[in-house]
This record gives sequence, structure tokens and C-alpha cells, in this order.
Amino acid sequence: MAERYSSFAPGGTAWLLQRITAAFLVVVLAFHFFQLHFVNHAAEVTFAGTQARMENVGYFVTMVLFLITATFHGVNGVYNALVNQGLKGTQKKVMLAVLVIAGLALVVQGIYVAIAMAGWT
Amino acid sequence: MSQSYNRGLIEDFGRWKEFSAGMWAWIFHKFTGWMLIGYLFTHIAVLSTAIGAAAGDPTLIQQETDVYTTTIQGLESLFIVRVLEVGLLAVAVFHILNGLRLLMVDLGIGLSAQDKSFYASLVLTGVITVASVPTFMHGVGF
Repeated sequence: MAERYSSFAPGGTAWLLQRITAAFLVVVLAFHFFQLHFVNHAAEVTFAGTQARMENVGYFVTMVLFLITATFHGVNGVYNALVNQGLKGTQKKVMLAVLVIAGLALVVQGIYVAIAMAGWT
Repeated sequence: MSQSYNRGLIEDFGRWKEFSAGMWAWIFHKFTGWMLIGYLFTHIAVLSTAIGAAAGDPTLIQQETDVYTTTIQGLESLFIVRVLEVGLLAVAVFHILNGLRLLMVDLGIGLSAQDKSFYASLVLTGVITVASVPTFMHGVGF
């Protein structure tokens, strides 16, 4: 019997959240690509067009949730990849702090951008 | 108890020729994950021009000459940006399809076909990417 091999400690909160966000992101990332490349073409994006989409509260909430879940999923994925490569001790703690700060900064900036897009600034 | 195999360390990239399908899936998933989180930070940085557009002269928005519109349309007029977008699509589609495969693996569904579902992810990614090229490259040579 080989040892169980995974990037994640099974049964943990982060393990579960990584999978819950994954299930959400599968749907919303596909929607996002379809919406902004096939329904609307990226080359034809204007501020007015973006505002018309963002003013819709359902769309706004979906995009903010998309930002939060994608940031968590990505930053947690990077952290687990680094731990898996053998990061430990002080370096592990410093890296976790850097990733948490970078993730929070991205979410705050992203929400501010979404509010500006919606014209609520 | 399900059977498991000791295939050795995947971090030892020097023995890549011995890697099985599942190990390649693991490496591709990690690689595409790094690309996607890197893109997310870049994406929010570019979209931050919306802050300047919203704070600026409203007539510029009407004329479509505000900083957000000109930044995005300027980037989209570049051939290399469109090529990178096709690359991003390929990376995202693979990560989605292989991610669905991983969710199935975690739920214990279809474990015996995990190698076949990896090949299916690769083929589907290729098909979806190629089929999207005309849309993604529209206006810059297609």
C-alpha cells in the first residue's frame, strides 16, 4: 500500500472550500468566457456597455462572488503547491501572510473596480 | 479498500518519462492553475482603469474615448494579445475539464477510468480551443 498522496490535508476546511469554490467556478468561469467573447466581443467592450451589465444587481453580485471565490481558490492553490514542494517553518508562515495580504488586496481592489463600473462611486 | 500504487515522487521531474496519465494531469493542473491566478491579478489591474473612467468626464464615456474603453480596445487591437487570449482560453478550459475530473475522483466516481478522462479533457480542450479561434481572432486577420 502506498501512502495517500495529495496536495491537501483531507477533511480540512480549506480542502472542502477548495472543492466548493471549484464547483462554483466551473460554471461561472465558463459563463464569463462565453459572455465576454461570444455574446459580447472583448474587442467591442466599452465603459457604457460594462456599466449596463454591472448595474444589474444579480450580475454585480455574481461577479463579486466570482472574484472572491477565484481569489481564494487561486491563492489557496498556490499555497498548497508551495507546501507540497516542501515549504515549511518560517518560510511557510511568511508565504501564507504574503498570500493572504495579496489575496485580500486583490478582492478589495476588485470590489472597488466593480462599484466604479456600476457607477455607484 | 481501493488499490493504490506507489509511483514515486512527482516533484522529481527528471523521471518525467516514467510519469503516468494521472501524474501528467497533476502537473498540467498545477501549471494551468499558476497561469490563471497570475492572469487574475493582471486582469483586475487592467480593469482598474474603470476607476479613472468613472471619475472622469462623462462625455468621454459617451464618445467611447474614456481610459477604460481605450485601454481595452487598444489591447484588443494587438494580434499578440488575441493569441495570448486563445492561450488563456485553452488553459482555462483544460483547468475546468480536468477540475471536473478531479471532483469526480474525489467523489470516488469512475476511478478506474481516471486516465481515460484525462485524455478526454485534453482532446475536448483542443477541440473547444480550435473552434473558438475564429471568434477570438475576429478583426485581427480572421
